[in-house]
Amino acid sequence: MISLINIELYKIFKKWRSYIGFIAIAVLVPLIQIAMLLEGERSFDMMTRNIQQSFIFVGNLLNGYFISYLILNSLVIHIPFLVTLVAGDLLAGEATAGTYRILISRPISRTTLVLSKFISGMIYSALLILWLACISLGLGYSLFGSGELIVIKASGIIIFAKNDILWRFLLAYGTAALSMMVVASLAFLFSSLVENAIGPIITTMTVIIIFVIISAIQIDIFETIKPFLFTNYMSVWGEFFEDPIELSDIFKSCAVLTGHILVFFTAALIIFKRKDILT
Amino acid sequence: MTNEIVIETKNLSKVFKEVKAVENLSLNVYKGDVFGFLGPNGAGKSTTIRMLLTLISPTSGSIKLFGEDLRKKRVDLLRKVGSIIEKPDFYNYLSAYKNLEILGRISGIEIERKKIMSILELVGLEKRYKSKVKTYSHGMKQRLGIAQALLHNPELIILDEPTTGLDPQGMKEIRDLIVFLSREEGKTIFLSSHILHEVELVANRMIIINKGSAQVEGDVKELLNKDSLKVTFEVDDSEAAKKSIANMRWVNHVNSAVDNKIIFSIAPEEISELNKHFVENGIGVNAIIPTRSLEEYFLSITEKGTG
Repeated sequence: MISLINIELYKIFKKWRSYIGFIAIAVLVPLIQIAMLLEGERSFDMMTRNIQQSFIFVGNLLNGYFISYLILNSLVIHIPFLVTLVAGDLLAGEATAGTYRILISRPISRTTLVLSKFISGMIYSALLILWLACISLGLGYSLFGSGELIVIKASGIIIFAKNDILWRFLLAYGTAALSMMVVASLAFLFSSLVENAIGPIITTMTVIIIFVIISAIQIDIFETIKPFLFTNYMSVWGEFFEDPIELSDIFKSCAVLTGHILVFFTAALIIFKRKDILT
Repeated sequence: MTNEIVIETKNLSKVFKEVKAVENLSLNVYKGDVFGFLGPNGAGKSTTIRMLLTLISPTSGSIKLFGEDLRKKRVDLLRKVGSIIEKPDFYNYLSAYKNLEILGRISGIEIERKKIMSILELVGLEKRYKSKVKTYSHGMKQRLGIAQALLHNPELIILDEPTTGLDPQGMKEIRDLIVFLSREEGKTIFLSSHILHEVELVANRMIIINKGSAQVEGDVKELLNKDSLKVTFEVDDSEAAKKSIANMRWVNHVNSAVDNKIIFSIAPEEISELNKHFVENGIGVNAIIPTRSLEEYFLSITEKGTG
């Protein structure tokens, strides 16, 4: 299995499209950070305008942690698209290239084949988030230094001490990776249904956009549906920047996300095992 | 060839929605056979091959490879099978060498560099082994397709139109390779081809299918010689030749006579007798051309099926 996963990862990273996500992050994150370096103070003032009358801010609050928090907050919505580019191609890409035939006629079970591709897709998703973490925190720390993290919410502000932040980020990136794996699993499921990678990419993004819109609109009927939408649990990473941390909420969200991954994978496996290869 | 059956299908059928692609197909391929698998377009050849390779599942019927149920022992049995299915497609962004290395590892075997290079040499691609497959011509991809089929030293090789896109020299090389693999290496070859002449040259047994059903199966030579042959005698004086047989039984077997060519429908053993007759009557025989080819036989069988 390890050999097969290595082969799949090798194939993934031999394709140009697999680097689009990494390049996008490598361009976008420094861009945001440079912009914050130039105009960050003004933005920070605007963000804290309402509470400046009640609090006096001292120290380096516009630091690498704060910038990384902002980036994670804004990019976690857009990274799913980068994930689907690869995950949607994992099975359908073989059909498009016509390589299903030489692959499936090999002495290897379809389950093993699907599993190795799926695991590779999960690894890719995790690597993309790891890359985001490295660029975000690494560059943020280099440009802005460290300091306390101020988290501004509608309910108030939370300030985390300097030595109480890094572990929160690590777990936040971990759960963000889990969320991206759900997206990758959904794209993988769609990928098992069709013979062209464009379909799974578009369909996955459409599902996510619809779910996010439903989650955002405050209507009673949508509120009833909301707990059943996986997108509702994708912001679980934000729970690590609460005080106190509600562990039960985190476990529940992670369990729901993991459940979705398993369901999407199982469905993809069943479909693929029954699939007639006609390409 | 032995009596050991390598491929055995029984009442194999595949239905796509309402279309019966293959219907109750039963065939036997014996060890050492070069088995020609013939049929017009849409006859169900590729569907059958895809079922043999588990790419699609049969609607009904059974497939045994090497005497064992393909469904139950799929992975073990596919270890003994190499194949080319229709057009050769590879990972175009990888080199020929890397493609073969990956396919070998997917098959569960670590193939030495020396072995990969020797296979590439066998198909004439050793000088381009580093080139990405996307830079290959169709013919080169076809050769690479044969290389990947031989990669894990299979006992059974299933070739679906292996010479498509090759030039005449390439086609001959593939034919020679098939003969070599069969005679020298003892491989069993299942050869599906539209080029009937190719099958005629290399196959010892064959089946003709049409509309998903078997029309005829057997020894190539026996099937071709089963009925009377059409033989063209090219003589120096056709009028004299016709006069010489006027009172003989062969006069009833003249199909046509154009210029100096007289076409007879006669049994194979009568050819030498008729030739002797012409020579003894002072009629020069310039050429004797049997026109009963596989192509003609194929058409007679498939047209029967159509009609």
